[in-house]
Amino acid sequence: MKRFLAFVKKEFFHILRDRRTLLILFGMPLAMVLLFGFALTNEIKNAKIAVLDLDHGPHSRQITDRLLSSGYFQLIQNLNASRDIEPAFRRGKVKLVVVFPPNFSQDFARNDTEAQVQLLADASEQNTAISLTNYATNIIQNYKSEQAPPGTVAPMQIDVQPRMVFNPELRGAFVFVPGVMAMVLLLVSALMTSVTIAREKEMGTMEVLMVSPLSQLQILFGKVLPYLLLSFINGCVIIALGVFLLGIPLNGSLLLLLAETLLFTFLSLSLGLLISTIADTQLVAMFASLLVLLMPTIFLSGFIFPIESMPRFLQFVSNIIPAKYFIEIVKGIMIKGIGLDLLWKPTLLLLGMSAFLMAVSLRNLKPRLNQ
Amino acid sequence: MIEVENISKAYGETRAVQDVSLSVEAGELFGLIGPDGAGKTTLFKILVTLLLPDAGRATVAGRDVVKDFRALRSMVGYMPGRFSLYPDLSVEENLHFFATVFGTTIAANYNLIREIYVQLEPFKNRRAGALSGGMKQKLALCCALIHKPEVLFLDEPTTGVDAVSRKEFWEMLGSLKKRGLTILVSTPYMDEASLCDRIALMQTGKLLAIDTPSGVEKLFKKPLFAVKANDTYRLIQDLRQAPFTITCYAFGEFLHLTTRDGFSEQQIAHYLAERQHQAVEIRPIEAGIEDSFMDLMQHG
Repeated sequence: MKRFLAFVKKEFFHILRDRRTLLILFGMPLAMVLLFGFALTNEIKNAKIAVLDLDHGPHSRQITDRLLSSGYFQLIQNLNASRDIEPAFRRGKVKLVVVFPPNFSQDFARNDTEAQVQLLADASEQNTAISLTNYATNIIQNYKSEQAPPGTVAPMQIDVQPRMVFNPELRGAFVFVPGVMAMVLLLVSALMTSVTIAREKEMGTMEVLMVSPLSQLQILFGKVLPYLLLSFINGCVIIALGVFLLGIPLNGSLLLLLAETLLFTFLSLSLGLLISTIADTQLVAMFASLLVLLMPTIFLSGFIFPIESMPRFLQFVSNIIPAKYFIEIVKGIMIKGIGLDLLWKPTLLLLGMSAFLMAVSLRNLKPRLNQ
Repeated sequence: MIEVENISKAYGETRAVQDVSLSVEAGELFGLIGPDGAGKTTLFKILVTLLLPDAGRATVAGRDVVKDFRALRSMVGYMPGRFSLYPDLSVEENLHFFATVFGTTIAANYNLIREIYVQLEPFKNRRAGALSGGMKQKLALCCALIHKPEVLFLDEPTTGVDAVSRKEFWEMLGSLKKRGLTILVSTPYMDEASLCDRIALMQTGKLLAIDTPSGVEKLFKKPLFAVKANDTYRLIQDLRQAPFTITCYAFGEFLHLTTRDGFSEQQIAHYLAERQHQAVEIRPIEAGIEDSFMDLMQHG
């Protein structure tokens, strides 16, 4: 035990004395959370629009006011004729043009189905265009239903009232933070462990360690323990950032969340161990971690691209990506506020994966040099 | 203390060690001499249980290197060819780490390393990576000794170390030997061979000879001359074409010339005078280890 502790202490020295390691350990998670939380968002805020008001009536003016006061839109140009629309788009600033035809207010007041508003969107950015028209349509529909005198709703007109459950404001951070957490934990744990073990092999110190009473198991667990601890701290920091800085709710049990974080960290570390039993150089370890872990985690875990819209084959592959289950769990606990009674399945899967990976890496361990 | 019987090891097509047998007595300072690629490091790794031999068997301190490898690992001290300590740990931290890993303390075995460690003590808080080459080797030796091993394996400990540090290092080995430690050391330097009790000459995986340094020198039976002239390059060309020459190599400022039996200094001097060599010096000499080694390499 004393031997093992001496090894752990040595490992802490390595970590604390290497600026690069420290930067990856603590700088990366912070940068990622802040980047994904604030900068890289697909939410609409202050989108630049132009208005072509050929009506100049009270309703066109009120609808314009509604649009602008929503916070989603910002008026940068008033157009005078329909021939101005194209040049406005061409210059690239205007993302959406709202056109009120002549006599719009009169038609609207008569509750005429003829009352029409035209929305023109710059679809060179298709996602933005769809979101913009959706937001604008919603606002106009709301105005219309408010203005209609009670009991005068036209027959057969179906009013759709969508309600966004769990994330009513459609905040991007809710989706990204669990994903970033999975990614950072995976990267820090798996990459760092596999690289640091490969470093000992490269430096030749592994030979000296092997010709000592330390068992392979002690060496590997001595490597894992400090990173388990630091990764777990990292996980806590990310949760704290998400809750206090990005305003993500913590509706479920914090204890459960921490336990699941620990479980996923352990899983990542066993992945790192597995890589390190194969990789003999830091470079190989790095490539293996990035290729085998990072890419699938980003693309196949549902972190960025929804799994439901993937081709069948990739959907199938996504089932073996641990991050998928972890993201499901984190979202479940933090946002939906559900407990283990509903999350036992992904939890069990993560447990099973950890056990499997650990068993394989232990089986791969050899008490001698590879040759 | 070390028994090696018909050990062979190949990496794919490369036969690194071929049918090597040797035996090292307790308390002996045994040198494994050979150029790079002779198979010294592979043999070392087999003996310190890092590699499995393809064939043959070996015991160290009475333990089989394959079957009893666990027990053996706490009984040997191993210093690999490359500097293998932690450069980001200080001198003291490195030593402390290895002591604890072997279940002992610096204090318990301090008398064994004292002579060496006193030289390191002024730098004990310095990172090992910032030490000079000679200091690094001394620290590595301390770390390999700190658990009081029965056998010490030093793989090319003086490669890349300056001449003064090399000399000091061998003096330390001498005093460790006096304490009864069995030491197996490998080196590509012939001048270090004479400092060993016995040496084994090794080339391309095979043992050429095992004997005491003077015994190895006596293996050389042919007439040997040291020759010098003012134009060394032309001298070596001419001598290599001479009818009496077997081999001719440069050894420092002299050429070592091996001849067929029955040729005298006068005959060589005459041959050189005919070819207008100036300031010619010729004298018969006793063979050194390197002469023997070169000769064995020719015929091995």
